Amino acid sequence: MVLDDHSATAVVSRRTRISKRVRREIVVGWLFVLPALLMYAVFVLIPFLLSIHYSFFRWDGVGPMTWVGLKNYVTVFQVPDLLGTIVNAFWLVVWFSLIPVGLGLVVASVIHRVAPGRLGAIARTVLFLPQVIPLVAAGIIWGWLLALPGLINQILKAIGLGSITRAWLGDFDWALPSVGVIGIWVLLGFCTVLLLTGMTKVDPALYESARIDGAGWFREFVDITIPLLRYEIGVCLTVTVINALAAFDIVYVSTAGGPGNSTAVPGIQIYILAFTERQIGLASALAVMLMILVVIVIIPIQRLSQEIKQ
Amino acid sequence: MNKKRGWFSSLGLLVSLSMLLAACGAPATTVAPTVTQVPATAALPATQAPATEVPTTVQTKAPVAAVPNCGTDPIVMNAYFETGFDLPFKLADEFTKQFPNVTWDIKQDQFTNLINATPRLLSSDNPPDLIRLPTMVSFAKEGLLKNLDDYAKAFGWDQWPVPQLNQNRVAADGTRGSGSLYAMGLNYSLTGVFYNKKLAAQIGMSEPPKTLAEFEDLLAKAKAAGLLPIMQWGSAKSGMGLAFPLQALMASLGPVEPINDWIFQKKGATIDTPSNLVAAQHLEQWIKNGYFPPDINAIEYTDSNARFVKGEGVFTFNGDWENADYDTNMAGNVGFFLMPPAQAGGNPAAMSAPLTYGIAATAKHADCAAFFFNWVATNPTARQIDVTVGGSFPGGPADAPAVTVPAGSITNETLAAGAVIGKAGTAMDFIANATSSIFAQGWTPELQKMVGGKEDAAGLLKAVQAEYERELSQ
Repeated sequence: MVLDDHSATAVVSRRTRISKRVRREIVVGWLFVLPALLMYAVFVLIPFLLSIHYSFFRWDGVGPMTWVGLKNYVTVFQVPDLLGTIVNAFWLVVWFSLIPVGLGLVVASVIHRVAPGRLGAIARTVLFLPQVIPLVAAGIIWGWLLALPGLINQILKAIGLGSITRAWLGDFDWALPSVGVIGIWVLLGFCTVLLLTGMTKVDPALYESARIDGAGWFREFVDITIPLLRYEIGVCLTVTVINALAAFDIVYVSTAGGPGNSTAVPGIQIYILAFTERQIGLASALAVMLMILVVIVIIPIQRLSQEIKQ
Repeated sequence: MNKKRGWFSSLGLLVSLSMLLAACGAPATTVAPTVTQVPATAALPATQAPATEVPTTVQTKAPVAAVPNCGTDPIVMNAYFETGFDLPFKLADEFTKQFPNVTWDIKQDQFTNLINATPRLLSSDNPPDLIRLPTMVSFAKEGLLKNLDDYAKAFGWDQWPVPQLNQNRVAADGTRGSGSLYAMGLNYSLTGVFYNKKLAAQIGMSEPPKTLAEFEDLLAKAKAAGLLPIMQWGSAKSGMGLAFPLQALMASLGPVEPINDWIFQKKGATIDTPSNLVAAQHLEQWIKNGYFPPDINAIEYTDSNARFVKGEGVFTFNGDWENADYDTNMAGNVGFFLMPPAQAGGNPAAMSAPLTYGIAATAKHADCAAFFFNWVATNPTARQIDVTVGGSFPGGPADAPAVTVPAGSITNETLAAGAVIGKAGTAMDFIANATSSIFAQGWTPELQKMVGGKEDAAGLLKAVQAEYERELSQ
């Protein structure tokens, strides 16, 4: 009884000691997180909630706000070529997501296997560079490259393909794939670096034993690299699919949606509605719908990569 | 885009900070000498203080005391100008030279950013005394802009030639073109056809065409000679430049009033009229004939202009704001004519828009800003700056002081053409300004489709009219 009592007090006192320390750690932890959290709240959470709030009003950004309920969500379907912009956004998934992730896997595994040293570092840097270059500048340069008198057409002419030269960004059939190529250029480096980092985590013994068993590069790639990298692939897919569906910057700096809406995406329409037409409510409604669409597409990708991880 | 805007706003902040510093430092340097040099002015109204440049209308049309002015106390004018256009900055400098008690706190931004920022600026705690207005109807309706009717009466603006002020009038129902005055133009730009003289001589053009048929004949000759007949831009990034020749064709083949009614949002106005259909069919034929560059849908405004200056294209549809560029880069090799009428002897017509500036409803120095508007149009030095720097007609009263233009400058031709339009009363605003996004959502995509063979003349007008009605219904 006495003993029990004694041990109980010891436990209690230890518990209070721990909890004091833990409490202090929690406070310190929160203090560390606070600046970031504050920024996140001010620049992400509050605008996010405000957008939802605005979407129920008719508002020009300055004058009085009028409550219109769900009307904006109905009117949004009258936005010119709305369905076309959504279809374009899904096409961009192929260019901004599937190709960079697929190509990134191949490039990363080549770098990982063939050139782990200095050459690999150079390749990584070169591929990652587009992430560092301001997109507006890149848009201008790509505009020149893809113009009718631009370098790409000059090269095509030089190798005897003069018949297929065209103003790539001004052609109804080729503008979207051209924007897609710019997207690949921007996103390939990001995917490659992320996947390469994942590959360095894979136990080299796995590769060694596979090689002893006589597996070639392709066999290793399919049976070891891809299964063990599924979580990283999931992250890559998530980020790039969001980039594609919510695309604005790459499209805006290269074609601004032209020619004739053939590269218009919901992001461009939101921008025009909000800042040119000054229909803040309508623009917010479209933005909220776009967010829901993105979430619907993203959730299965997340599920898949999480399950596989377990 | 966000990065860009952030960059510009931080630049704006820097500019405004430095202006603020300059303003703080000003009393010691600029105002003090005024007081010492011109001791007698204290008793006089500010308008007469500098004794040298008294606006003529102030002297003749109204007693000095009744006219709003800038007073004698130091004033810092809060102004928002458009980045890339020197004219307002030069005018502000000259104004301070003539009226040293007035200094300027000038912020600047890109035109597209001003479109987004103007409502917030006008309704802010520190409203601008003078601001470049990208659009005005909604601001006027919301009471954000100062009603200038009293100033117009005091300065005698209502006696100026009518078309000058009409584009800046907004009626109670929100239609433009009549009603109260809410803005003033620093000058009045004019559009038409510029041509490369060397290439024009090559196709046997000895004088500008007098009818549309003559013009189309020249276009065909240029094409046959292996030249590009018309250089024009068409990328969505700068907005579709085919709107220029289209509107020129509309005014050549039909009356101007229905076009203006449509732009001013008069009730029941439509762009889909029989004569406009003929105009659109002409444009469609020009496209099919290969009169425009094949890559037009990818050409931006600046590239189109650069290529024309370098000698690509016999003609280009553009405005007199490019005069300085043409005079510098193709001196002596550029000519200008107004789009000729379809019928011989008919009146030519042209898009002519004021370089619009307004005053916030709650501006602190509204009187001084109004005085500035009047000064720009009537002061000989200001008018000279207007033409030399801006390249456009300075407006003002019919008997306003004349301006001199160097011989051989293209500005001589555009000013002469402006007088023709003024006399005929055939000025139009731009069809791309009818609603805030008719250019981005209507004209640009539909004209691009026409270039791509995916839209015909009738479909173009129907689609644009439908978009116009959608926007007005909201």
